[in-house]
Amino acid sequence: MLEANTPAPDFELNSTPDQKLALHDLQGQRVILAFYPADWSPVCGDQMALYNETSKLFSKHNAQVIGISVDSKWSHLAFSKDRNLHFPLLADFEPKGAVAQQYGVYDEQTGEAKRALFVLDEKGIIQWSYLSPAGINPGADGILEALEELDKAKA
Amino acid sequence: MSNQLKPAIDGHDHRQGPQGAPLELVEYGDYQCSYCGEAYPEIKAAQQALGDKLQFVFRNFPLAEAHPHAQQAALAAEAAAQQGKFWEMHDALYEHQDQLDSAGLQQHAQQLGLNLDQFQSDLKSSAVTEKVEADFESGVRSGVNGTPAFFVNGQLYQGNWQQGELTRFLGGQLQ
Repeated sequence: MLEANTPAPDFELNSTPDQKLALHDLQGQRVILAFYPADWSPVCGDQMALYNETSKLFSKHNAQVIGISVDSKWSHLAFSKDRNLHFPLLADFEPKGAVAQQYGVYDEQTGEAKRALFVLDEKGIIQWSYLSPAGINPGADGILEALEELDKAKA
Repeated sequence: MSNQLKPAIDGHDHRQGPQGAPLELVEYGDYQCSYCGEAYPEIKAAQQALGDKLQFVFRNFPLAEAHPHAQQAALAAEAAAQQGKFWEMHDALYEHQDQLDSAGLQQHAQQLGLNLDQFQSDLKSSAVTEKVEADFESGVRSGVNGTPAFFVNGQLYQGNWQQGELTRFLGGQLQ
């Protein structure tokens, strides 16, 4: 798993059936990458539902949250609609899990991304990362603390 | 990740039971969450069983995007608090989870004998909105990741709360 002070590998993935989002598009903004195993499983729904609510807290720190799983763009579309999500879910679908592998958070056994969080600064450098046990929703407090540390370092 | 209540219970909180009770139970809840609805009688039972050994605090954690009425219902409870009727509204909301739209909230306010003009203006006031937001943010910082979430004497309770388990756990803490 990539650690703090590592440049975050760039990627470009579908965010909707007809749009792609590249990490470099978000330069100048802090980015929270939330890798998660799968759409629809109850725990993931909770985690993404929580970030849907906390994204307003993240935006106070100039940070955008992005969910990434190996699900297809069509699954993400349906899942986003069902849960009324207001942030992008990226499809790490083909080649399957390639981005998760680059970040060192691909689970070969299950063929899914592990539940991992990365906070990137404005320059795309990983400043904080956290691997959660698969069944446990890591919440948002670690992310907020990492963002506050970045604010302090900047001040 | 975090499992510590932040901030600790203070004067901004709605409390039931004596201050300084040996057990402090804090719930982060959403009025439209069905599990919170199931937890409601469990908490009443714990209060009944433990009497003045238990202080109970409720903080708002509305999942507004998942539950379209959750935010308004939280505001309604806080608006009722402005007229000294937080717990009466809290109970009405959990006892009638199918009546959380604006007509339902208005009806509860009426039945509680609130000044309705005041209630409507408090619903939109920044003080009431800020209380709900502050509760939510404190929940996030305390590691709340869904509802209901319970803290017992400041520590996240990760055990089962259904079918009397919460009362049994709390009772066990007294020994």
